Amino acid sequence: MVENRPFLTLLTHLVLIIGVVIVVFPVYLALIASTHGPGQFVSGLVPLLPGPHMIENYSTIWNEGLSSSGAPPIWVMMMNSLVMAVAIAVGKIMISLLSAYAIVYFKFPFRLLAFWIIFITLMLPVEVRIIPTFKVVADLGMLNSYQGLILPLIASATATFLFRQFFLTIPDELMEAARVDGAGPMKFFRDILLPLSRTNIAALFVILFIYGWVQYMWPLLVTSDSRYYTIVMGIKRLAASADSEPLWHLVMAAVILAMLPPVLIVIFMQRLFVKGLVETEK
Amino acid sequence: MATINLVDLMKSYGPIPAVKGINLSVKDGELIVLVGPSGCGKSTLLRMVAGLESVTSGRIEIAGRDVVKAEPAERDIAMVFQNYALYPHMTVRQNLEYGLKNRGTLREEIDRRVREAGDILEIGPMLDRKPRQLSGGQRQRVAMGRAIVREPAAFLFDEPLSNLDAKLRVQMRVEIKKLQRRLKTTSLYVTHDQLEAMTLADRLVVMNGGLVEQIGTPTEVYDRPATLFVAGFIGSPPMNLLPVSALAAASGFETLDLPAGTDMVGIRPDHFALETPAEPSLALAATVELLEPVGGESHLHVRLNNGDHPIILSVPGRPDIVEAAAITVHVRPGDMHPFNRESGHRTDTPAAKPQ
Repeated sequence: MVENRPFLTLLTHLVLIIGVVIVVFPVYLALIASTHGPGQFVSGLVPLLPGPHMIENYSTIWNEGLSSSGAPPIWVMMMNSLVMAVAIAVGKIMISLLSAYAIVYFKFPFRLLAFWIIFITLMLPVEVRIIPTFKVVADLGMLNSYQGLILPLIASATATFLFRQFFLTIPDELMEAARVDGAGPMKFFRDILLPLSRTNIAALFVILFIYGWVQYMWPLLVTSDSRYYTIVMGIKRLAASADSEPLWHLVMAAVILAMLPPVLIVIFMQRLFVKGLVETEK
Repeated sequence: MATINLVDLMKSYGPIPAVKGINLSVKDGELIVLVGPSGCGKSTLLRMVAGLESVTSGRIEIAGRDVVKAEPAERDIAMVFQNYALYPHMTVRQNLEYGLKNRGTLREEIDRRVREAGDILEIGPMLDRKPRQLSGGQRQRVAMGRAIVREPAAFLFDEPLSNLDAKLRVQMRVEIKKLQRRLKTTSLYVTHDQLEAMTLADRLVVMNGGLVEQIGTPTEVYDRPATLFVAGFIGSPPMNLLPVSALAAASGFETLDLPAGTDMVGIRPDHFALETPAEPSLALAATVELLEPVGGESHLHVRLNNGDHPIILSVPGRPDIVEAAAITVHVRPGDMHPFNRESGHRTDTPAAKPQ
């Protein structure tokens, strides 16, 4: 791997560049499409250079939405998505931190059973249990509400498992030293465990925020009121116009906007994210 | 400042007993070292005193107060752990302060104690660093600092030096001893290293299989080991333990003048002499197997004739002896420790039973 041959360097770069182009080109196309007027994009010749209608398109979709498709302004959907993604990420982290703490540091009957039950739910993502979950949410009157969007997705076996594994790597002596120092269970959790889990929490936040942001099927099911539409499912509504060509320039503007928050989160939390995955502070 | 009393202290994990009834009273200001092979229950005992292990039966009294049911923090003890157990995300200062803050000590008092501990242990300049920026020896000091600032009734040390390299270990050993002399805090110290135990202890507690084999000052334990186990455990190279028959065979005497019931004899490697001593002594015929020069002295591995028993001699300097040579080694009767193999006890001290 440390060979120094110009040909190999060229080849590896070529492969990488091709990979990047394959990934980036559709995004570029979306960006370009969002800057042209209506009709331009379906006229047969796909433009590859930016058009003049960028500000106009974005302000239309941001402020007014697409009434013909029954979609609210993008900012409403972005807000909904943001609330949902943040609540899911924060909720998942809090619940899994606490359950991992209980499983690792407390001895109670059926502790192992509890762990395995949590673990087994990994096999049951939303899509598998979607009908019973919908029934429960509907009976609780949580259709078209933030609770309905958030609660069914808020428990996380993966995060619990990750925190459990991390807690297991913390030496027992640290807990014993804290006990000798007069720290009770909650104090130990707050003063020692939480600060030590900081990087793990950050890494998980990034993953879970994106998980919440890209939720598609569940919001599609539980929201029929456009005030609770989320952006990712909203795009689907934008594109589905009954009897005319979809207004691609506006759809693409919405797509670009929908991509922004996850990208920003990754960019700004990248350092913590990588740190959380590769190193444990000990 | 406190005494520690252990009364019939027992601990079992399910049906398996780990500590089988220990009685020990530690005087105020005394440094007691618990020593024994791994699995002898010494760490379990210490952790019971700390309150980190539950007690199956018996009593623990610290400063006259029964603390069996008390939380570790309520026992007025401080503990130094083998791997230091410093809080990695806190600075040295925060590490020292944490226990005090939890007990609601006043700010000025905390500052005073941290400053004092910093001076005593020479960790003042490192107060604002994180533990991972410190070397092993410095972390060890911080761990001790964390114990000192508590100003507890007793220090508990759980093999605090075993993660250090040999040179640093000797240095820290001296420092712990000085520190303990200076603070005069009652201390329990666990180690498996018998040299560490000998040098540190005011009194030694030699443990084996969950029981106390002998309690005494290091010299007492070294000079008059109470049991065969102690004889073999304390001292390096270990004491030679020989059946009386082998001794008789190698010396040519039919009977030796030993206390009744003696069937094993222990002789320290340095109590053998190659030259005939002035006092009356026993001469044993032997064959040299190996000569190990270790610097100022040499270890001579020999085999006794007529019985084939290997023994180790420690002789000063580098004797001019070749391997396979036939030699005579001398030992004074007074240097022989008589034991009974069955009971494991000495036969020359009446009623010197281990507690």
